[in-house]
Amino acid sequence: MNNGEGRRLAGQAEEEDDEDDVDECGLEAWERAYADERSWESLQEDESGLLRSIDNKALYHAQYRRRLRSLASSNAASRIQKGLIRYLCIVIDLSRAASETDFRPSRMAVVAKNVEAFIREFFDQNPLSQIGLVTIKDGVANCLTDLGGSPESHIKALMGKLECSGDSSLQNALDLVCGYLEQIPSYGHREVLILNSALSTCDPGDIMETIQKCKKSKVRCSVIGLSAEIFICKHICQETGGLYSVAVDESHFKELILEHAPPPPAIAEFAIANLIKMGFPQRAAENVISICLCHKEARGGGYTCPRCKARVCELPTECRICGLTLVSSPHLARSYHHLFPIAPFDEVTPVRLSSSQHKLPKSCFGCQQSLLNPGNRPSLSVECPRCKQFFCIDCDIYIHESLHNCPGCESFRHFKTVSSSEE
Amino acid sequence: MASAPSKLYADDVSLLVVLLDANPFFWSASSLPFSKFISHVISFLNSVLLLNQLNQIVVIATGHNCCDYVYDSSSPASRSAGTGKLSALSVDLLEKLEEFVGRDEKLLKKEPEGSIASSLLSGSLSMALCYIQRVFRSGPRHPHPRILCLHGSQDGPEQYVAIMNAIFSAQRSMVPIDSCFIGAQNSAFLQQASYITGGVYLKPQLLEGTFQYLSTVFGTDLHSRGFLQLPKSVGVDFRASCFCHKKTIDMGYICSVCLSIFCKHHKKCSTCGSVFGQPHSEAASEPNKKRKAGDT
Repeated sequence: MNNGEGRRLAGQAEEEDDEDDVDECGLEAWERAYADERSWESLQEDESGLLRSIDNKALYHAQYRRRLRSLASSNAASRIQKGLIRYLCIVIDLSRAASETDFRPSRMAVVAKNVEAFIREFFDQNPLSQIGLVTIKDGVANCLTDLGGSPESHIKALMGKLECSGDSSLQNALDLVCGYLEQIPSYGHREVLILNSALSTCDPGDIMETIQKCKKSKVRCSVIGLSAEIFICKHICQETGGLYSVAVDESHFKELILEHAPPPPAIAEFAIANLIKMGFPQRAAENVISICLCHKEARGGGYTCPRCKARVCELPTECRICGLTLVSSPHLARSYHHLFPIAPFDEVTPVRLSSSQHKLPKSCFGCQQSLLNPGNRPSLSVECPRCKQFFCIDCDIYIHESLHNCPGCESFRHFKTVSSSEE
Repeated sequence: MASAPSKLYADDVSLLVVLLDANPFFWSASSLPFSKFISHVISFLNSVLLLNQLNQIVVIATGHNCCDYVYDSSSPASRSAGTGKLSALSVDLLEKLEEFVGRDEKLLKKEPEGSIASSLLSGSLSMALCYIQRVFRSGPRHPHPRILCLHGSQDGPEQYVAIMNAIFSAQRSMVPIDSCFIGAQNSAFLQQASYITGGVYLKPQLLEGTFQYLSTVFGTDLHSRGFLQLPKSVGVDFRASCFCHKKTIDMGYICSVCLSIFCKHHKKCSTCGSVFGQPHSEAASEPNKKRKAGDT
């Protein structure tokens, strides 16, 4: 086990709190392994003292609707501009504190796994953006991968070297990142995501100056802490307009990091609107062999750059010969749902249910699932404000998180002509 | 994909969601009459149900003004009617289809302008995906779903964003979208759908043999497709069309704010109103003032 010296920096106060607290928040890591099996704790008493189990589905849906409402209130107008072309640097803290085992098997392993999932989700939602990875080890920040658009190369580099030692240094990381992000074109949005495990930072100079430099370069820094809330991280996020959050356990950490995948609302002065020249290559036939730029070997298939006719294997990419950005139209289409979001559905209130029970539809419009509980009592449902169709709560979650189309509005031509006249 | 020894469903059980094009404007001008086409489809659906006792079929009709479910093989009503399950399919399906076409006609507000009379493919795709999500939620043992579009109407450009959203959602849930296109010219939307989701796109050359095309190419389940040589997609056109002239281009300019595609250099984006080469705040506060510096 760690000796006292190693623990000094990692927050001894936190350890003591864990031992003293007896309620759920202060569980030791080994106790949490049994938390799932304590099924008796998931029972509740209703008004007459009888036991009933928690309705997980309703809870999950209520949580989802709270999240949607908070998102809707922060985007005051429904057509707020979002930063779609993002250049994001992920800073991973590999200092001594990352080997702590309060996140099982270790903070470093949990961070690496979630960063891999985040990278895939990020490129799925932002196909024209790029990511770069930076690590902090022994008080020095090193660039793990350059800014690039291919998820596989980042993930391979990340999983290759996972060892931690030494101190963490926020100032060195921010300096390095600002230096990289200075070189990107002016229409891109510059972002940094710091995954901080340590409780202290060893800086060579004045970190406040570095923060002002970031602010001037219009870099938006967000931090996710794994140990405790730290003032300097909060200050960085406040100054640069980013988001600061602290994870309490592994699933919360996953939620927090995936929140950064969809594009954040654009701060108007940060990026200059510009016309970017892009090419839409045609796919070559399988039997036409040519030497491709990425692997430097002769292959069939692939795409041909429309300007210099060089062959590339996958999209999106930048042609190495002439520098033209090559994309296909589905890549652009992946981001259109951010520009044309659908309105959240309204909950059907119990008052309405009881008053007009015979007029409400019996099944969900999307999946045909019955909206009545056994015993003919209506279950939770939602209604689209435009087409007035009813949906079950599972379809509600699926439609807003994955599909981004309301089946009711799409299935009636009347609503399509109305919507096109609005836009 | 559970590998437990006591699986209820084997690898080759499939859920086939068929999106049937019932657009009157297309069928009135088609060389193959709708009634003949339906008889091909009904024979095909019956043969799919014969392949495996646990196979399920859902049919969604795509009309000009609305879309709706017209047949579900797993719903209790379809099993009790008729002397046997096979005859129930054609009776049920035809009844509901008649009803649907009548409803679709009543909803017609005005004649479609121009020659394009598209059907609401985005609506039926969205409904099919919601149904498939319900099947996924029903537990670890469920049939493997796929979508088959029997479509002939031309692509409606106003549905582009909705169809692409549906395609990406299908790709994430790993649901292949197959298409059997019976119209005159190839449909770019369906070709892209089949390419992105890993499905099969086919435009039969002889419409009188539709049943043969359907049963040889689209009848097999997903597991068995690994052992078959199915038609490969050739020449899927991924080029974009510019927003100003709607012609396909292979090099264009993209607005960094709203990702609209233009073929020529413009000073201002027609979709989002951003002025190029200047920070957003200046453009928003003085939209009409002409600026000499910074004009590109």
